[in-house]
Amino acid sequence: MSGLLLVTQGAVSQGVLWGIMVLGVYITYKLLDIPDLTADGSFTLGGCVCTVAILSGVDPILATVMGLFAGLLAGAVTGILHTVFEIPAILAGILTQIGLWSVNLRIMGGKSNNPLLKSDSTISFFVDNFGVSQSQAALIVGIILVLIVIAVLYWFFGTEIGAALRATGDNADMIRAQGVNINHTKLIALSLSNGLIGLSGAMVAQMQKYADTNMGRGAIVIGLAAIVIGEVLMNRVKNFGLKLFSAVVGAIIYFLIRAYAIQLGLNVNDMQLISALLVAIALAIPVAMRKWREKAAYTEGDLYADEHAAANPSANALNPQNKEGR
Amino acid sequence: MISIKNVSKTFNKGTVNEKRALDNLNFEINDGDFITVIGGNGAGKSTMLNAIAGVFPVDCGKVEIDGVNVTRDPEFKRAKYIGRVFQDPMKGTAAGMQIEENLSLAYRRGKTRGLGWQVHAQEREIYKRELARLGLGLEERLSDKVGLLSGGQRQAVTLLMATLKRPKLLLLDEHTAALDPATAATVLRLTREIVEGEKLTALMVTHNMKDAIAIGNRLIMMDRGTIIYDVSGEEKARLTVDDLLKKFEEASGTEFANDRMMLSR
Repeated sequence: MSGLLLVTQGAVSQGVLWGIMVLGVYITYKLLDIPDLTADGSFTLGGCVCTVAILSGVDPILATVMGLFAGLLAGAVTGILHTVFEIPAILAGILTQIGLWSVNLRIMGGKSNNPLLKSDSTISFFVDNFGVSQSQAALIVGIILVLIVIAVLYWFFGTEIGAALRATGDNADMIRAQGVNINHTKLIALSLSNGLIGLSGAMVAQMQKYADTNMGRGAIVIGLAAIVIGEVLMNRVKNFGLKLFSAVVGAIIYFLIRAYAIQLGLNVNDMQLISALLVAIALAIPVAMRKWREKAAYTEGDLYADEHAAANPSANALNPQNKEGR
Repeated sequence: MISIKNVSKTFNKGTVNEKRALDNLNFEINDGDFITVIGGNGAGKSTMLNAIAGVFPVDCGKVEIDGVNVTRDPEFKRAKYIGRVFQDPMKGTAAGMQIEENLSLAYRRGKTRGLGWQVHAQEREIYKRELARLGLGLEERLSDKVGLLSGGQRQAVTLLMATLKRPKLLLLDEHTAALDPATAATVLRLTREIVEGEKLTALMVTHNMKDAIAIGNRLIMMDRGTIIYDVSGEEKARLTVDDLLKKFEEASGTEFANDRMMLSR
């Protein structure tokens, strides 16, 4: 297989597995309107827990589920800090993320890096049994997982609890007046979101065959970038399931761009800066456009001089400068 | 019956902005009462509604709904008894959700929410029928996002949501004040149709004295966090705007000060 095709395949696999994390970020950022910074920590946590579990002989599938639940717990910590103790959501996320850094090192037995080279994993299962490559296996597992996650989320957000959760992000006053405890809905959303992020971390660790205490650095920005890319590419999509799908597509495109840029000689360390710029620009453009339009539309004279002149011809005669500046 | 006993609430206690918004409020709302509430700026009208709804904890006193003491219950727990329409038309509906989703959220007011499907086909018929009563053609737009509606339409939907599941008490906090006069008149007509038609118990804050006299069976006037005038039945029906102004001056010793109210005389 040619080099470029291999690079493409690897990037798509990566994008699909990271796409699960993007779906988690989507829940908090798009539905709850909270940029949840727990993500960086809970992604790493999922990877570390899964890796250490596999290394200590736990079944890979169970180890992956453990990664999911570890992320879920991390999200619950942020949720409790935010709802019970009323710490602003962004700060609550930062606190959990910083705390998780030490927790992750503890889980990894003080090592910043633990390899999974010889161990079985959910991905090596496909490699061993179907004779596919590591990245092909990751792609297969990733696609199956993404489809399951999207189906579950589509169902969940159509249920009573899911709808109450969406309403919490849309109008908290309204849903409180309908008898919903928004502390509960926020807690559920943050837990669910970080559970998916932990699952994604667990899968990425199995794909790259190691867990690293820095593997989640910048995860939240990658998540936001992927959501932005997905929205730009599929901006006409109305169906909720397709919106979720667009976030995963955004993740794939993100990792493709990254892989090609590195092929062209970009320093991989610059990728964080590029991601941050991408998100900043995507958020800044609509604001800049609005300001520019307001400025361009302004005129010092009477913008509606024609209408006013038609309504009252004599007044216009007294204000000959009215038409200036149009 | 709803009873409010010795309720006081001071905001910003111990600061220069300290304000006793409710001062030993005592009154009872009988089943079927449609009460209009008037008063000057800062008289405590909205604070009273918020205290009943449980938006904040009160400093002392007791709020009972049908004999159940709800004083310590947070807002979301009291929601099963209370329907609310806010002054801001944007506040009562979720803009990014469909009309039917909003109605279905309200249809479950006060109920435990589970993992059942949110919008049911048979419920959709109820929503259509109820929306048709508004006469705004919204029954044909069930899956439109509420954000596409005008302020008046949104307020009409909020009114429907507040009464879709019969509340023990309906709280209307100047719910027509942010609308243009024609739309306000429509929403007010719908309010009367719903409250009088279904014999609901309601508390309506208004800044329009004529409306306050013409609508409902009982009128209360507030000043400095307490009720200074409470009139119902025949006596209320005979009131004029000048009577009200005179009553206010008698009871409070000051001139009636509510800019919007004076303008809308």
